[in-house]
Amino acid sequence: MGLLLSFFVVIVLVLLAFGGVEAANLQYLFGIIIPYAAFVTFIVGIFYRVVKWGRSPVPFRIPTTAGQEKSLPWIKQNKIDNPSSALGVIVRMAFEVLLFRSLFRNTKTELREGPSLAYGSAKWLWLAGLAFHWTFFIIVLRHLRLFTEPILFFVPLIESLDAFFQMGVPLLYITDVVFLMAVTYLFFRRVLIPQVRYISLAADYFPLFLILGIGVSGVLMRYFFKVDVVGAKELTMGLVTFNPVVPEGIGVIFYIHLFLVSTLLIYFPFSKLMHMAGVFLSPTRNLANNNRERMHINPWNYPVKVHTYEEYEEEFRHFMKDAGIPVEKEE
Amino acid sequence: MYNGIKIIIGLLIFAALVTFPFYSKMGKATAKPDPKVDTPEIQKLAEKKCVEPKEFMKTEHMKMLNDWRDTVVREGNLIYVSSDGKKYTISLQNTCMNCHSNKKKFCDECHNYSAVIPYCWDCHIEPKENKT
Repeated sequence: MGLLLSFFVVIVLVLLAFGGVEAANLQYLFGIIIPYAAFVTFIVGIFYRVVKWGRSPVPFRIPTTAGQEKSLPWIKQNKIDNPSSALGVIVRMAFEVLLFRSLFRNTKTELREGPSLAYGSAKWLWLAGLAFHWTFFIIVLRHLRLFTEPILFFVPLIESLDAFFQMGVPLLYITDVVFLMAVTYLFFRRVLIPQVRYISLAADYFPLFLILGIGVSGVLMRYFFKVDVVGAKELTMGLVTFNPVVPEGIGVIFYIHLFLVSTLLIYFPFSKLMHMAGVFLSPTRNLANNNRERMHINPWNYPVKVHTYEEYEEEFRHFMKDAGIPVEKEE
Repeated sequence: MYNGIKIIIGLLIFAALVTFPFYSKMGKATAKPDPKVDTPEIQKLAEKKCVEPKEFMKTEHMKMLNDWRDTVVREGNLIYVSSDGKKYTISLQNTCMNCHSNKKKFCDECHNYSAVIPYCWDCHIEPKENKT
């Protein structure tokens, strides 16, 4: 259900851009207005969500760790997996954000003959996830060639490394191949593993199809239905310099690609894609395990009304004395 | 906010990175490339036409050059028959660059603009241009 719905939504988005540009000549809408609106939604949405998260109290440190906590001097602490200092936390966060360390510890569970439960290492998700995120990041950086003039120094460097094999013309980018393979894997993983399929919703399929659509339209645009790159850059530079122009005859595939990217930017703050910002706010990763070293005051503490023994005795002294119960003060 | 300073700094760094293209130009329009087709050889042509129509050359020239290279090097075929039936000698230096002798004002104009570094000149000799 979610799968088909998401698939058709992406198809409709493609058709919308195709029809809008080919039939209705809405280049200005799809090339200028929607991208601007999408970018503003993206930034404002992310700020809104992160600030909202920041306003919720930070819980007591949760030491879900895979290493020895700081303890007695002769017990060796695992300074990265169970940090007690800010530096250790930064290293742990860097491993998490850049290398997906938690996902690396992913395991699979199998019920075997016996019956016995078997656990094993499961690294494919980690590998595909890492490949997907890194290639996506490199592809975004590569796109800076369309958004900067003069072009930033590292962009041609990335491009030449990416096109290292010099296959075909335009040169085949390694990241394009890896990216599409990784997204395809992530999709098939969702569909083919029954447990994962059971918990997959439209909110899981839609971003996958959307990103796949962006990748496919980009690849088609670069290698097959070529567009006027100079015209495309005139449009993008017009956007970033606030002198929007719509050059003639760029090619409709460019507008489809741009529209899908705009959709992704608009969808981003409302979706699970916010894990991009959320990963930095993971309480089990970004809090040092110094529970016993420092005093941590519960942030949602409020003054609790207490009734001390002195007050109690004051209130009931008369009855206590009558009943023969010893009291601390006589009067 | 809790840990507000850290979160705000993180958000500001993020915003600074993603809006870089906007403030790096400060709203200044950029000059678009203007490849020149006014070399003496082209002026001499009776009919100022490339081997294929301009629109085709604009998006497909790289693929055509690649195909030319393969047909010459692998099949030894030195003649290209264009879509309107004319025959051309397949040669980057002697056919293409004969007319488009102004590499800096023609090829590089767009290639630099869109960060394309063709590897033609790894093997071929770049035309010597008069520095003006």
